Amino acid sequence: MSKQYETVIGLEVHVELATKTKIFCGCSTAFGGAPNTHTCPVCTGMPGSLPVLNKQVVEYATAVGLATNCTITQNCKFDRKNYFYPDNPQNYQISQLYLPICRNGKVEIDVDGEKKDVRIHEIHMEEDAGKLVHDPWTGDSLVDFNRSGVPLIEIVSEPDMRSADEVIAYLEKLRLIIQYLGASDCKLQEGSMRADVNLSVREVGAEEFGTRTEMKNLNSFKAIKRAIEGEMERQIDLIEAGEKVVQETRRWDDTKGASYAMRSKEDAQDYRYFPDPDLVPVEISDEWIEEIRSAQPEFRDEKMKRYKEEYDLPDYDIDIITGSKHLADLFEATIALGSDPKEVSNWLMGETMRLVNESEMEIDDVAFSPEHLAKLIEMIKGNEINRKVGKEVFEKIFSENVDPVAYVEEHGLKSMNDEGALRATIEKIVADNPKSVEDYKAGKKKAIGFLVGQTMKATQGKANPGIVNQILNEILANI
Amino acid sequence: MNILGLTALELGRKIKEKEISVVEATKAALHQIKAVDGDIHGFVSYDEESALKRAQEVQKGIEEGKYTGPLAGVPMAIKDNICTKGYTTTCSSKILENFVPTYSAQAIENLMDAGVVFLGKTNMDEFAMGSTTETSAFGVTRNPWDTNKVPGGSSGGSAAAVAANECFMALGSDTGGSIRQPSSYCGVTGMKPTYGTVSRYGLIAYGSSLDQIGPIAKDVSDCAALLETIASYDAKDSTSVKLDAYDFTSALVDDVKGLKIGIPRDYFGEGLDSEVGQAVKNAAKVLEEKGAIVEEFDLGLVEYAIPAYYVIASAEASSNLSRFDGVKYGYRAKDYEGLHDMYKKTRSEGFGPEVKRRIMLGSFVLSSGYYDAYYLKALRTKALIKKEFDKAFEKYDVILGPVAPTTAPKIGDSLSDPIKMYLGDIYTISVNLAGLPGMSLPCGKDSNGMPIGLQIIGDCFQEKKVIRAAYAFEQTRTYEAPEIAKGGAEHE
Repeated sequence: MSKQYETVIGLEVHVELATKTKIFCGCSTAFGGAPNTHTCPVCTGMPGSLPVLNKQVVEYATAVGLATNCTITQNCKFDRKNYFYPDNPQNYQISQLYLPICRNGKVEIDVDGEKKDVRIHEIHMEEDAGKLVHDPWTGDSLVDFNRSGVPLIEIVSEPDMRSADEVIAYLEKLRLIIQYLGASDCKLQEGSMRADVNLSVREVGAEEFGTRTEMKNLNSFKAIKRAIEGEMERQIDLIEAGEKVVQETRRWDDTKGASYAMRSKEDAQDYRYFPDPDLVPVEISDEWIEEIRSAQPEFRDEKMKRYKEEYDLPDYDIDIITGSKHLADLFEATIALGSDPKEVSNWLMGETMRLVNESEMEIDDVAFSPEHLAKLIEMIKGNEINRKVGKEVFEKIFSENVDPVAYVEEHGLKSMNDEGALRATIEKIVADNPKSVEDYKAGKKKAIGFLVGQTMKATQGKANPGIVNQILNEILANI
Repeated sequence: MNILGLTALELGRKIKEKEISVVEATKAALHQIKAVDGDIHGFVSYDEESALKRAQEVQKGIEEGKYTGPLAGVPMAIKDNICTKGYTTTCSSKILENFVPTYSAQAIENLMDAGVVFLGKTNMDEFAMGSTTETSAFGVTRNPWDTNKVPGGSSGGSAAAVAANECFMALGSDTGGSIRQPSSYCGVTGMKPTYGTVSRYGLIAYGSSLDQIGPIAKDVSDCAALLETIASYDAKDSTSVKLDAYDFTSALVDDVKGLKIGIPRDYFGEGLDSEVGQAVKNAAKVLEEKGAIVEEFDLGLVEYAIPAYYVIASAEASSNLSRFDGVKYGYRAKDYEGLHDMYKKTRSEGFGPEVKRRIMLGSFVLSSGYYDAYYLKALRTKALIKKEFDKAFEKYDVILGPVAPTTAPKIGDSLSDPIKMYLGDIYTISVNLAGLPGMSLPCGKDSNGMPIGLQIIGDCFQEKKVIRAAYAFEQTRTYEAPEIAKGGAEHE
């Protein structure tokens, strides 16, 4: 490569809002359910039905706008985007074009310590479409309208990102803000957060943007990173070969690690947007905005500061724990039950992260209850079980959310704290292992480890290690 | 007893007083439908069995004190663009010929609660697009005064059915004059309420920002009573407005002393039939004699109403009607290859020419590059027209004028020249653009014996002033029914 290139990236992020009911009717947004059971005349586009806006959608969208430093459009409107497709029962989507609810925001990202603002062009509210189901047996296509009318917000950034790392940092930042607000669970795999990447390349120092493409079907951070790097290379190769980048929409195939053109700008549809006459303008008063603002939760930055001040946790731990709203909630709920913050942090940072990584799951899918972790910590603290047994029990808590008290009882895992019984066991082990005793006496202090191990083995790991050490030392000293 | 000659309120009273049973009244109406609807074709469909079953239930309900309203037991007809649960609702279009709604419109629910009896669904211009009821996919409706003439439209079936005594009252819908103009042509009384007064939930949309359901009946009193029954605040319709009071019948007072009436000079210019103009001016004189203050004034922007209306209504219609695609309900083409071919054939075969014309017009004015020049400009015009009316209502309580430039034309005369048909809406359309209430009531006949309508327009939510003026004028006349209306009952 003879020239130096710069990548210019802007993102369109769709987020499914966590309302209980749909955006324009009272149907449930619950995932699953038999096809077309969460439907009514409104979300199936029956003739004569009319949309009524769900206020919670406005509150969530406003909350996200405030948290991303946007200006709230206090008199916003809905527009119809007209296009024919069977998953869209009215053949128009109710969205916002002319007066979106939020504009001119920004979020700060941090890539390897370098801070930078990514500007947000707008955030608008819209409805999701249904789902097409193709029946391979009959060749028929069927429509399930359960998702039709589920509320979405689309967050449109300015073309302010220059690398895949910046994109990931921006997405993670957005995800955290929205998760902290409780406005969405933002799961890429499940589609509750979807990102389309607009990307162009240009020579370093150039003023004009290059021709951009839009990449769709990006279902994980990994896929996004790979797609950005792939598209960047593809465009540079085209330019280097003296060819032109075509403005088009492309679809990423993550298994093949390649993208394919879906449609070019020439086939771009005219959506014939116009204000939806069935809906009235949404008036968002100063008072309402203040109400939403005052109801905002403690965001990550504030949490990080507080964890440092109140709990004196290591920065690394704070970073990991606050890096997931779910983990932070778990942390705080466990502390609220009386557990020691450092102890809780250790369990989350150590065993929890280990098990998450081993089972290749997302932190947000960790499903044990804080009560069980709190009880486990309590049992270890009270020497009811030792730490080793504790780790075993924790695995069960992690995988099956078992109650540690009942589990320990059931499986007879309680620590042997009875000195008399332990002394007898240890005396026998000392007697059976003269070689180790000899080594110990000869100055190989490590030999005591073997004897402890034997004791633990003989007690199925239930012996209280503190007591074992104490007795062993006594016996060995007296030999 | 001549049951059919009664007004809805008279019938309701006699039912309450047990002089007539609900079943008797329903049978009389059904008998008249069978006798004359072959000539009139006011109905797309009617269901004798379910009407009689409902009549029995209502009779029982009245006796048990469940239905106490003034319209309990009165048989009526519903325009076929208003959803009726379990009963076909076609919009007089092939594309919905087999469509059975899973729910009823809010206006229908309100009527159910009031104990009315439903006879059937009335014919209309396809999707309410037209002024003659000739664009119906199921054949033209004929004017009961002269079956060679159109009944007007788009609620032509409802107006004709009321005039021919096939029902005691009916619901219509009005987007640009579709209640008032056929009421005028058929010599009955119809009212388009202020936008937001009657819930649009369940009214199959044509131009959403203009559509209103309203009453068509034999006189002002029946209209007021029917409006009182169907009007309600409905949380299912975002454009529904909560009123302080719904007591429209309280305005049925024969007193216009001091009422200020404005007559727009612009409504009496070129194109207005002289007999129509004279009848309207006579009506104004009558009201003046009763103590009203009548004044002529310049309304302004009248000539811009029609182009603004056809841009806005067609734009909304092009989007509203896109859901009729053969996927979910209604007509689907028989032979097709793939999705787009199915869409194309279904819509080509399912819609008639006038509907296609307006979908194309609407799609055009919304398309990129034309949106500002047509659609936005039309919206601005709409706002200016509203301002003209606001100015007028600072001075006047009501505005009085003709409903249509002429009486009913011959069948076939309008379809050949759509522009001429559109121009016929000149006096009614601005009322929809401004969201105002407007009423049409008979004020005379032309030399061919065809009814002439008088239009009374009020400011937003000033229905009561309109009703009072209309009622006072009506007291100076007697209701006249066409010959055919007297036919059927004698064979009883």
